[in-house]
Parts: sequence; structure tokens; C-alpha cells
Amino acid sequence: MRTVGVVTFPGSNCDADFRFAVDRTPGLRAVQLWHKDADLRGVDAVVLPGGFSYGDYLRCGAIARFSPVMAEVAKFAACGGPVLGVCNGFQILCEAGLLPGVLLRNRDLAFLCQDTYIVAEGRETPFTRGVKGILRVPIAHGEGNWFADDETFAGMQDRGQLLFRYVNAAGEQTPEACPNGARGNVAGVCNAEGNVVGLMPHPERVCDPVLGGTDGTALLASLAGVLQ
Amino acid sequence: MKARIYVTLKEGVLDPAGKAVVGGVHALGYSEVSEVRIGKFFEMELKDSSDGERIREMCGQLLANPVIEDFRIELGNS
Repeated sequence: MRTVGVVTFPGSNCDADFRFAVDRTPGLRAVQLWHKDADLRGVDAVVLPGGFSYGDYLRCGAIARFSPVMAEVAKFAACGGPVLGVCNGFQILCEAGLLPGVLLRNRDLAFLCQDTYIVAEGRETPFTRGVKGILRVPIAHGEGNWFADDETFAGMQDRGQLLFRYVNAAGEQTPEACPNGARGNVAGVCNAEGNVVGLMPHPERVCDPVLGGTDGTALLASLAGVLQ
Repeated sequence: MKARIYVTLKEGVLDPAGKAVVGGVHALGYSEVSEVRIGKFFEMELKDSSDGERIREMCGQLLANPVIEDFRIELGNS
């Protein structure tokens, strides 16, 4: 059995959902980590869940980045450990400099809470190995408009770091399929090494038929396979 | 001692909230406004003889995100 540490920051609200999603993935067990923890208790992977850490004050994720646990997460990531950030977790990873770019206000300023269609492409990562086809995964965010400057964007495209893209139901990357204005329809990215991944849609919210879908299970199933 | 810190969006970074403000002031009849960029303003009380270089470092670490924002510091006694 491999363990996945799910970090709880003050203001996290998807941490319990994520522990549920981890625990029902064959081969994985969730471990709750606290933002003040100074060690990761030997976990095999780390998840930064969604929510509104530190009230989103200043900028989303800007304060959480200085939590004691984040120093450990940065060390873990530098050693190649798999790290996944979802929604606010993605914002924290960008603010911490573990992922490129930044999440801006949504193009139309509205908080968006809806299903989206995404595809995984680009390089292989521990969270996308064998993830195929169109996934229906919901978003819930006000700041999900991913942005990087021209040079960063082009470099990431070359290295296959533009990991998840918003598409329409037919799998086409159209401007209309991008709910928040993110550059290049980007829903998620990874670092150059591929072990740190962030995405705005919430896979943990579609991990059981009773929740309306199971497309989100693919990411954790991929991780379980890689860690085996 | 006081620091006044202005954090502004870099050129080329979209500001959807600024665009919404343009729409608002146009609706009020102020058609002379062609663009609005929204930034942040911080006023800080400092110990006298604080080191300006340290304040600059602090801004780069937390108050502004260098990926999208620039900042400007004014140090003074009032």
C-alpha cells in the first residue's frame, strides 16, 4: 500500500474529498498532513487540495506558499516526488515557483462552477500515464485563467508541459471550450521534470457514480500504477 | 518611517477587472476613459532607518508576483 499525503491549509475545503478519492483508489491510502507539519511522514506522493487557503488574501496561494509544510513539499518535489495541486493547490504551486505561470481572474470575472471537458496531452507524468480520451471534470474557481508570457509558453509547449487542455464535448480545442480565458485552453501544467502537476478542474469530485461521474479516478489510478 | 508600495500589472497581462471598470465608467458617460489597469497600494509603517534594499526584497518575495506584476516603492517620513 502506497501513501498519499493530503495537505490541509487554513481554508482548504476539498481536503476531505481528496482523502476519500485516494482511499477508494486500489493500492493507495490517504494521510492527512497539516500546514504546520515539518515533515511529510514518509508519504509516497503529496496532494495540495482546493479551497481558499488563508482567505485568498493578497493573491490566491500567495500566503500558503510560506507554510512550514511547503518547504518540505519543495524538497520532496526537488527529489522527484510526485506532487499534485488541484485548483487552489495549483495556485499555491505556481506562487511557490514549483510550476510556471500564474492563475489570473477569470476572463468574464464570474466564479465558474460547471462541468468541463479536458484532455491530457504533452509529456508523461505520474498522474497522466495511460490517461486517455475526453474527461468530464467540474471546475469551481474565480481565478483559473492560467497565464504565462510568450517565451515561457513556447518553451513549455516544446517540452510537453501544457498537460491538460479544455476541449468541447467532441474533443476540439475551441476558444468557446475554454471557460475562463486561460492561454492556449490550458487547464493544467507540469514542471519540466514532469513530477509536479497542477490543474484547475477537480478530479476528486468525479470519483464515484453517486457523484455524477468517475472520470476523475484516472489520475489517481495512474499514480497508483506508477508507485507500485 | 513610511513605505508606500504600488503593485501594478505588467504590460501585456490581461486585466479583466480593469476592463469591467472601463465598461462601468463608459456607462456613466465618461467616454474619455480608454483603459483602466487595477493595481494594489500598500502603506507600511517601518522602524526608522529601515534598509530600502530589504523592503525591495520583501516586495519581490510576497507583495508582488514577478510573473505578472511590477512594483514601485516610495520611502519617506510622512
